[in-house]
Amino acid sequence: MQVEAYAGEEMVLNMGPQHPSTHGVLRLELETDGEIVRKVIPHIGYLHRCFEKHAENIDYPGVIPFCDRMDYIASMNNSLGYALAVEKLMGLEVNERVKTLRVLMAELNRVASHLLSIGTYAMDIGSFTPFLHCFREREKVLDLFEWLCGARLLYNYNWVGGVSHDIPEGFEAKTREFVTQFEPVIAELDKLLSYNKIFLERTADVGIISEEQALSHNVTGPNLRGSGIGWDLRKEEPYCGYETYDFEVPVGLGEHGPLGSCWDRYYVRVREMEQSLGLIRQALERLPEGDVHEHIPRRVRPAKSEVYDRTETPRGELGYYLVSDGGLIPFRVKVKSPCFTVLSLLPAIAKGGMVADIIAIIGSIDIVMGEIDR
Amino acid sequence: MEYLREVLTQQVAGYDQLPEVLQIFLPMLLACLLCLGLVALVPLVAIWGERKVSAHMQDRLGPMRVGGWHGWAQTIADGVKLLLKEDIIPAQADRLLFKLAPLVVFAGGFAAFVVLPFGERFIVSDLNIGVLYIAAISSLGVVGIIMAGWASNNKYALFGGMRAAAQIVSYEIPTVLAILTVVIPVGSLSMQEIVKAQSGGVFNWFIFEPVTFLAFWVVFLGTLAEVNRTPFDIPEAESELVAGYHTEYSGMRFAFFFLAEYANMFLVSALATTLFLGGWHGPGFLPGPVWFILKAVALVFVQMWLRWTLPRLRVDQLMHVSWKVLLPISFILVLAAGTLALWREGAP
Repeated sequence: MQVEAYAGEEMVLNMGPQHPSTHGVLRLELETDGEIVRKVIPHIGYLHRCFEKHAENIDYPGVIPFCDRMDYIASMNNSLGYALAVEKLMGLEVNERVKTLRVLMAELNRVASHLLSIGTYAMDIGSFTPFLHCFREREKVLDLFEWLCGARLLYNYNWVGGVSHDIPEGFEAKTREFVTQFEPVIAELDKLLSYNKIFLERTADVGIISEEQALSHNVTGPNLRGSGIGWDLRKEEPYCGYETYDFEVPVGLGEHGPLGSCWDRYYVRVREMEQSLGLIRQALERLPEGDVHEHIPRRVRPAKSEVYDRTETPRGELGYYLVSDGGLIPFRVKVKSPCFTVLSLLPAIAKGGMVADIIAIIGSIDIVMGEIDR
Repeated sequence: MEYLREVLTQQVAGYDQLPEVLQIFLPMLLACLLCLGLVALVPLVAIWGERKVSAHMQDRLGPMRVGGWHGWAQTIADGVKLLLKEDIIPAQADRLLFKLAPLVVFAGGFAAFVVLPFGERFIVSDLNIGVLYIAAISSLGVVGIIMAGWASNNKYALFGGMRAAAQIVSYEIPTVLAILTVVIPVGSLSMQEIVKAQSGGVFNWFIFEPVTFLAFWVVFLGTLAEVNRTPFDIPEAESELVAGYHTEYSGMRFAFFFLAEYANMFLVSALATTLFLGGWHGPGFLPGPVWFILKAVALVFVQMWLRWTLPRLRVDQLMHVSWKVLLPISFILVLAAGTLALWREGAP
């Protein structure tokens, strides 16, 4: 670190890698002038676990548990992207029940992920109670997942050509029950947090990502939609039959200040949870009969080819680039991470803010270091 | 203290035979010990209370095991744990200041208990400048906080210390001005005089008069900021500054900061009770000190309620509230109180 190079008036503050609200092991080098932050330099790599190298040494299904461990908050969505990419590579078509179950689990997982994001964001802003309310609800989703496949966080659920377990008896009723009791909680959250005067003051005029910035830095997911651009892969390039579901893509409206602020990104997530609940209901209603192991290949051995496939995770577009040399082991697995691209924008939007704003911005872009470092 | 001496003279045989020095000194010692006991007891109860209040607001139970009934002994167990922990002083810290800071912070809160009028005769010392004394001595805490922030040799602690200094100094001004609106009609700075001016029924309390009603809210907000409670808890903002000025403290030294925080919460609530809520006055079925403590505890509960509901302000917004909102309001209130007092006296 070149401390000598600084002008002298500024203090260098190392925020992280051990800090309560850098959401994992992100390290920020802040150049501060009093409370004003002149410069932000993010340092990543503290959670690097050689995902891509690992993937080059195991067979195709063996990569799935590693996918789960990238974005450990939204494992279902991570492995879904990988499974879809391998299926595309092999030209495999799955049956309707598998597709519906994948949608169901992905949306449940999206709700759980957004709950964590919203809860920790409230805590970053200094409000502790919404955090615990969110975690109480998230716990119910995790209980459902535990019942489904035995794991609460890292599921290894989406396999190539199918899913690991069919839903247990009574799962549908229990999920419906969760959806019904969760809807009023969102309204409660709005009252307690979203429209709180202090919360608005802290977030509605902070960390503005303009449309151009968002597009030029390849910002995706709720962060992009917070800037008013209604791009959602579930609508634009549907997979798993998303085109047959009825749902909306919430975008930021700039109701309480400039468009693309922290509050817009936060609120897009709240409204996405509502849409996800609708998707869960629809998936439960249609749930066709079928065998979830019907299309699982005995041996995953794609022909020599390559494929790029992307899906919409709770954090944005997660892309997998797979190269097969015709063997049992992938030649190359490259991941395009949505968190990485949005973090690259942090120095631009955080400059000139206050120390407290940095925390508000990091929370609002909802990064998971496991996915950035892999 | 005079009352204590009278009691001792009447109850203890041969007390008036003791040397004059002892006759004065013993009640002093006793009063100090009572105060110390109170200052130690109040945080113990308040910390347990805060954990229970927060737990029930957050759909949890809070401590349930230690001591049996609703985990009432949890804070004592925690206190013992903190006492037994290793005493760590960072290698690069300023050792003298680092050790002194918790004591200064605690002493500020402790010394202010001396003038709290718990009852008609339950007051350690009814200073004729009681209100001024509280305002002055409770600001001693900020010196300790800056000492802690500086001595820790930690950037977060320094940030916390500087924020605390700015915040407490800013909020002191509107608070003291708002307190003046009570002092003007009473015409005395003595705590007992202020309480006595509110005798004769609930509606003689200052909170039920227009000017002092507004002043109550200014004082409540100002003192909330002075004791660093949410939404003004930026000096120890966990998500930004880890733990603010006490980041580097552990064990008993940390416990001192913690105790001081809760003692101060009670102190400012007791101050607001004295000034606006009629002090120890209340319907006759309960004795004065009980009313006083009940009212103060009710205000402490409001502080906890706010803490577990609201997010935190940013440092510039905090300054905005103090200098651009509360200060003008308190100036107007002082003017109004003065005009009212003149008008009531019938002076031109």
